[in-house]
Amino acid sequence: MIVQFICRAILLSIPLLYGSTGEIITEKSGHLNLGIPGIMYVGAISGVTGAFLYEQACGNDIAKMNMILAILIPFLFAVTGSVLVGLLYSFLTVTLRANQNVTGLAITTLGVGLGNFLGGSLIKLIDTDMSSISLGKTSKFFKMQLPFADDLGWFGDIFLSHDFLTYLAIIIAVAASIILSRTRVGLNLRSVGENPATADAAGINVIKYRYLATCIGAGVAGLGGLQYIMAYADGSWSNDAFGDRGWMAIALVIFALWKPSMAIIGSFLFGALCNANNYITGLGTETQELFKMLPYVVTIIVLIITSMRKKREHQPPENLGLNYFREER
Amino acid sequence: MADVKNNIKSKREPLIHIAKRDDMVWWKAWIIRGIAILTSIIIMMAIALVLANVSRPEYASVSVIVETMYRGVLGRIEEGSFVMLWKYLQEVAILLCLALALTPAFKMKFWNCGAEGQALIGGFGAVVCMIELGGKVPDALLIPIIIVVSILCGAIWGFIPAIFKAFFNTNETLFTLMMNYIATKIIAYYVYIEGGGSHVIAPQKHGNLPNLLNNDYLLNIVIVALLTVVMFVYLKYSKHGYEINVVGESQNTARYIGINVKKVIIRTMCISGALCGVGGMLLVAGTDHTIRTDSIGGQGFTAIMISWLGQFNPFIMVIMTGLVKFLEMGMGKVADNCHLNSSFADIVVGIVLLCVVGCEFFVRYSVKFRRNKKEVKA
Repeated sequence: MIVQFICRAILLSIPLLYGSTGEIITEKSGHLNLGIPGIMYVGAISGVTGAFLYEQACGNDIAKMNMILAILIPFLFAVTGSVLVGLLYSFLTVTLRANQNVTGLAITTLGVGLGNFLGGSLIKLIDTDMSSISLGKTSKFFKMQLPFADDLGWFGDIFLSHDFLTYLAIIIAVAASIILSRTRVGLNLRSVGENPATADAAGINVIKYRYLATCIGAGVAGLGGLQYIMAYADGSWSNDAFGDRGWMAIALVIFALWKPSMAIIGSFLFGALCNANNYITGLGTETQELFKMLPYVVTIIVLIITSMRKKREHQPPENLGLNYFREER
Repeated sequence: MADVKNNIKSKREPLIHIAKRDDMVWWKAWIIRGIAILTSIIIMMAIALVLANVSRPEYASVSVIVETMYRGVLGRIEEGSFVMLWKYLQEVAILLCLALALTPAFKMKFWNCGAEGQALIGGFGAVVCMIELGGKVPDALLIPIIIVVSILCGAIWGFIPAIFKAFFNTNETLFTLMMNYIATKIIAYYVYIEGGGSHVIAPQKHGNLPNLLNNDYLLNIVIVALLTVVMFVYLKYSKHGYEINVVGESQNTARYIGINVKKVIIRTMCISGALCGVGGMLLVAGTDHTIRTDSIGGQGFTAIMISWLGQFNPFIMVIMTGLVKFLEMGMGKVADNCHLNSSFADIVVGIVLLCVVGCEFFVRYSVKFRRNKKEVKA
């Protein structure tokens, strides 16, 4: 029971971890990308499109499908799709200096619309005899476990039984954490987010850093959408199923105090909170709805506590949400 | 040789030079915005044509798409049928109401992303009154109670983030976002209890707002039209409006000239939340007579962008709302006719908003290209 609960919590937490890692990388450059929920939808639907096309090309026959291609095609589609949206966001905010909140919200509207539209229309646009998008075969490739995971009892279940995107999420979060705090690139990126004018004077290419951070962040976040579809939903797309996970990922950034390593713990906690209602016995359906409120309440409490304590290392990047124009000083 | 010379030159002088403009003449700015809207419509048409070509070729012509949009929004006006037109105006009124509600907060640079939740909780207050008091209290008394309760509910939803913003500078964008989901879950809980297994609350008979001239929507439209004027006057000519402006421009200045910044933040957010509550109330008590978790359906977010694109001017916001709703409903109809998913409307709204947001750059900055020809001649 407990092992099952933990496994489920991890499964639920990974999209949040991808989303928040991506958003942390973006926010460190000074861009509050509220488009992350939309970008995660785009990542999911691009991955689904890629997998769909590949399954069609193989005639829906699992024997004809190549394992590496079956994973690589959706993966690349998801990354490309979300990076393109990230590029659109950075073009508007960095080059055209548009308001970040408004641009982000518009991107979210566009991304969620794109996801639901393609999810509902893909079958009609490409003539097939399928009734709904279900990519069980591709999902099987994604969910392949290590061969010896089952032999190790609870240890294997908790630590070794997950799909490879789960491990990739943790690797990316740890790598981002090290890069941000221990390398020159990370230092430059942080200085761009804290004070772009100073960074510019020190010879750092502010525009390049902001573009790259936003696009890489978007790519990472998009993988969260892919993981949700392939590992959690067994490869079947249904509209709006991804729900508000994108917003939760943004909230998690604050919970994690802009540290990717903290996001690992935070996302697991959120995953557990989202899931707790199923494991507490004697709850009616209506009380379960109230339980689903928990992650949001916890986020608000964390938000309040961090703002009350005012510790310097726990504050957002100083120029978060502000665009930089060299001639405007 | 000439090539080498050019290369050296291009290194010395960048290809594009961007400079900040002084205030642009208003009509020039509006030409730029018009071009942006036109661009977005062209992009939208191109996508619609491609999609129609794939799914239903008989729809793949500009004239058919335009006609479908027109029929989808306005129906058959020339034959004297105004049903669709009223529905369109109702949709515009609700979205406009939320956008108006957000405007004072935005002018104060308080990013209230919680219109969705504030409207939902306002509607929730109305529904609770309708169910708990309906039949026990005469309607003439129930309606005022509903109005007061929904306004209070909305105001409380705005008050909570405001108080933390005022005293601890808590990030309001995320706080209000989270409040949206808390409102949604409360309503989901209530719908489960009241609706039983069916997950829907049946339309209520008591406590409905009266119909003006036998028209379901007219009262809502009139109320929002009045609100538009009131909000314009409030922001432009009242002392409160002035204080909001100063706090938005610079909190230090506000403090220096003796404005109580905390009080202004809390008061403005209460007004903002209360007006969102009115929006929810109009939707629930005025037309729907029930509530679902998706009653507002993301309009709280669209309202944020409408308010910003309307330059915080209520009258420009009317035009923007009308345009966005027209495109949204019209394109929804086109997608429907082509047997495609109606989320196409969201994509259209996204494209329009991004184009208009992007075009502000050309209003605020001027782009100068390096003049190659002259230099070569010299």
